Amino acid sequence: MITAEQKPMEEIRKMIAPYKRLLVLGCGSCVAECAAGGEKETAMLASALRMAAKMQGEEPYIDEKTIERQCVRDFILQLDEIVGDYDAVLSLGCGAGVQAVSEIFDDIPIIPALNTEFLGQTKDQGLWVENCVGCGDCMLYYFGGVCPLARCSKHLLNGPCGGSQDGRCEVNPDVPCAWQLIIERLEKFDALERLEEIYPPKDWSKRYGLGPRKIVREDQQK
Amino acid sequence: MSNTRSLKKTLQQGHFAVTAECGPPKGADAEAVLQKAELLRGKVDAINVTDNQTAIVRMCSLASCALLKSAGLEPVLQMVVRDRNRIALQSDILGASALGIENVLCLSGDHQVFGNQPQAVGVFDLDSIQFIQTVGAMRDEGIILGGEPLTKPPDLFIGAAANPFGDPMRFRVVRLAKKIQAGADFIQTQCIYNLGRFEQWISEARDRGLTEKAFILGGVTPLKSAGMAKYMKNRVAGMDVPDDVIKRMETVPKDKQREEGIQICVETIERLKEMPGVSGVHIMAIEWEEAVGEIVQRAGLLPRPEAE
Repeated sequence: MITAEQKPMEEIRKMIAPYKRLLVLGCGSCVAECAAGGEKETAMLASALRMAAKMQGEEPYIDEKTIERQCVRDFILQLDEIVGDYDAVLSLGCGAGVQAVSEIFDDIPIIPALNTEFLGQTKDQGLWVENCVGCGDCMLYYFGGVCPLARCSKHLLNGPCGGSQDGRCEVNPDVPCAWQLIIERLEKFDALERLEEIYPPKDWSKRYGLGPRKIVREDQQK
Repeated sequence: MSNTRSLKKTLQQGHFAVTAECGPPKGADAEAVLQKAELLRGKVDAINVTDNQTAIVRMCSLASCALLKSAGLEPVLQMVVRDRNRIALQSDILGASALGIENVLCLSGDHQVFGNQPQAVGVFDLDSIQFIQTVGAMRDEGIILGGEPLTKPPDLFIGAAANPFGDPMRFRVVRLAKKIQAGADFIQTQCIYNLGRFEQWISEARDRGLTEKAFILGGVTPLKSAGMAKYMKNRVAGMDVPDDVIKRMETVPKDKQREEGIQICVETIERLKEMPGVSGVHIMAIEWEEAVGEIVQRAGLLPRPEAE
């Protein structure tokens, strides 16, 4: 999933200050899973903004709504009837959601309420960790299911570096050394010999070669 | 050093080699580079010039090496993959060779978060092993990554670093093997304080035939104080300073600790000289280049072989 965290209240208040009628728009997908922009967080943020406005002696016109996915056209179109009532939308979608909504309703500002962080997993209650960079050419097989690009601080394909100690990364001892994990995993599957060969430089053209990436699937098109 | 033999020849002819280190200044001060390096003239076969070590902005290694070269000293150009992508790295390799620099040490580099630019992007487009392989192909096959030919290949003696003390221990020799397979001609190791663990590592390397394929220079750093020993043990990643070394430093009075540090260093070199598979020593006297002359003198490594 794509993870995100809410921006500081002060920053949000500053961005919405010029707008009288505001729609606070949640997203029921990834950002709901990571407790940043789902229905609950949207309600909480909207009510906090109303309260803050009242404290300033203002008459807030702040509504809230959550759609299932802010990054999918069909869901965004559900807003067609109501969006005209507002001067701006405060989106609790990820960066993709904010831009998708902006593209469809291009005559009002869509303001981000979240900082989008990374592709990761929910590891535990209240704990999300990064484990994929979306490189476009998955190498997890070779590394025992642990991605060194996402999880090694130096993105080494031929690690570990000299800073791995007691299974911890030198950059942050809270972080396990990805290479320690890779070696342990491959050892378990009796496949450590995969690491004897030298992995060539990564072909980043799949990631950066043609600007922003897109997937075109004619079989999926009407 | 203007009349000393090159590092490559010294090693190839079976002499126990000596290299030292010189960190460029935090300023555009050519004199500072030369003054430091001058302390090493005639004492060592080559001088490593660090590349923004610990991710702190300093005069670039390439320019510093050029300054050394023009003063008749032999530099080892340290290059880290932290700050440059494959285009810049290959380009700098060509430039280095064109300037007459003969040795390069290919490194990952300390992570940017440790330095004075923690907001920087860490490039790490190549890793150190891929970089070694790239330089090897440039030199031996005359091609860059992707296969395009060079008009003139660079002529460089290729070095790599190894940390015998990092974890996972059992994988350390595998990584050394990969660096040598990638094309490393010589290896400089992390500072050795734990001789037992180093001995185990070099014997594993010998068993795999690695010490026949590349020259291994054991790294040493003279301790200035007991405090420095403790700092290195606790704060520097991948450093193994055993408690008995710390104790030894602590038992001497503060004003004698530098002398004790030099003594430990000399004793370590004496042990390394006797160790099969060790071809030389790399002395990293951090901001203490003055100590190098005394260390090599007392370790019986002077005079250095002269140019033929």
